[in-house]
Amino acid sequence: MEHTKTIGYDRFFGLKQSTLFIVLGVFFIYPFIVNNYYIDVAFFFGIYALLGLSLNIVLGEVGLFDLGHAGFYAIGAYTTAILNTKFGIPILVLLPVSALAAGFFAYIVCSPIIHLRGDYLCIVTIGIGEIVRIALINNPFDLTGGPNGVFGIDFPSLGSLFVIDSSIKYYFLIWIVVALSIFGLIRLQQSRIGRAWNCIREDEVAAGSSGIDVRYYKLLAFVLGAALAGIAGNLYASKLMCVSPESFTFWESCLMFCIVLIGGMGSIPGVLIGAAFISLFPEIFRPFAMYRMLVFGTVMILMMMFRPGGVWPRKRGGVEFKSILARIGRKDG
Amino acid sequence: MEVFLEQLINGLTIGSFYALIALGYSMVYGILKLINFAHGDFFTLGSYIGYTVLVFGSALVTSHFGLWGGMIAAMLVAAICLAFVGVIVERVAYRPIYPAGRLPAVVSALGASIFLQNAIMVIWGPRYQAYPASLIPNIHIQLGGIHITLLQIVILVLSFLLMGILYWIIQKTTFGAAIRASALDKDTASLMGINFNKVIFFIFTLGPALGAITGVMVGMYYRQISFTMGWNYGLKAFTATILGGIGNLPGAMFGGLILGVLEMLGAAYISAAWKDVFVFLILILVLIFRPTGLFGEKMAEKV
Repeated sequence: MEHTKTIGYDRFFGLKQSTLFIVLGVFFIYPFIVNNYYIDVAFFFGIYALLGLSLNIVLGEVGLFDLGHAGFYAIGAYTTAILNTKFGIPILVLLPVSALAAGFFAYIVCSPIIHLRGDYLCIVTIGIGEIVRIALINNPFDLTGGPNGVFGIDFPSLGSLFVIDSSIKYYFLIWIVVALSIFGLIRLQQSRIGRAWNCIREDEVAAGSSGIDVRYYKLLAFVLGAALAGIAGNLYASKLMCVSPESFTFWESCLMFCIVLIGGMGSIPGVLIGAAFISLFPEIFRPFAMYRMLVFGTVMILMMMFRPGGVWPRKRGGVEFKSILARIGRKDG
Repeated sequence: MEVFLEQLINGLTIGSFYALIALGYSMVYGILKLINFAHGDFFTLGSYIGYTVLVFGSALVTSHFGLWGGMIAAMLVAAICLAFVGVIVERVAYRPIYPAGRLPAVVSALGASIFLQNAIMVIWGPRYQAYPASLIPNIHIQLGGIHITLLQIVILVLSFLLMGILYWIIQKTTFGAAIRASALDKDTASLMGINFNKVIFFIFTLGPALGAITGVMVGMYYRQISFTMGWNYGLKAFTATILGGIGNLPGAMFGGLILGVLEMLGAAYISAAWKDVFVFLILILVLIFRPTGLFGEKMAEKV
């Protein structure tokens, strides 16, 4: 049973310990050898990684099509922006608040629609994302500042001693948050909840009939995914110091969808690769100016042609269903 | 009452745009179970090609065939070009990916959409382009107190004609029967001697061609086009598809018309800024109570 322990302390996603240390080392040294511009690129890589991880819970683990994730991201960012600019509450205090707000919002809007299947769920989540965006543009109760958004958001700080005000500090902040999320998500994947999620993804009816509360676990995935997106929104708002509705379009949701699928559904290292592709590719190809997005679209098609399961598909831990079927003489899973 | 009727006409005009685009989504979805995100960009590309014909070929076309001829030429050229583009996109971006399942195809469709959108931007530039004015004489018609422009009448007649032709092809011809059979069960249909590749070829010529004609009509109606407009129309048309019941062609037509009318009535009686919220709320409510759309059949659960 070699594959049962692909994730452990000695082997992390199948990587050798030495490889892992090299990757971590590069991460630590990176901000000290490049200029601020490239540190900021790495910051946005982190934001996309966080967003990818959050959508990965919904799309990758449970297989629910969510093309409105930018709505939850927007709720997190605007919660931070409004509470910080109106009441002066520190950003780091608002971090859990944003997560709660986004999670609560997801609970409210997803409860009535959670029974929808596949593409019907997909269009409803698109609708939710669009409703959030249009609501932000229309400036309800004079809170969101309309199309201009909210300005003047603070730096994250702990008292006056420790203020996160430079690109390097932001870089470390976001990647610490990403690392903690990855740790939590790995624990979640291996827990009872993670197994229930994967079971629902593979066969919802079978999951329901073996006693899994399908509705509860689907909602849980949405709420947790939204909360993580809310955290990303919080950090994004404080980094940019302003938020506006055009950062949370349908396009943004599509990018998150692509991050998960390019990396491989349900695969955490895959999400990191997908996020790297989405955030670094346009930067690397910036010299090509208006042609870069042409190349971007082409590469997306090519990737799906040659690696349809994603760049780094998830290795299935535990007993593999397929191998049992093969043993009893059936080929198709 | 007059406001209501006028908004109804406006809504039907916009609704017929949505309906024609939605037909393209619905056909592809019915056969391949693929959300063809590039379809909105087919529509934009058609609009731009029509624009080019009207602006650069205007002297030639209008001197020979008159203004109406110019309009028809723009639509025909756009439709033929887009039929080619549709088939090429299908061959290059979708066909190699079908065996891998539905989700990779979604990413590929998004990739194709990004590619087309940016190709349009590279060719025609990022700015808005203005359609030539008065292709159709600007005549207002008074019908018992409501204003209708000649353009609206032309658009409505043309769209209903196109929808009728498509409906006839799908419901009455042998080839239409082949398409419906493939939508029901692709494997059995192939066993019965239906050439599945031919069916795919057909839907990827007809859908984009319809989208292109819609693009020219939208250009004439609003008089300005941008390379990103495909997203918005595509999203609305996809919403219409779902509203009517996905993969159901009459459903897509009615879904589009209903969506357009709701949008216009919402804009007139509730608030223009919140009209899209209104549309999506209706969609969500419909799906909560009828999870397979207004005209969708109740699907048996497959185990």
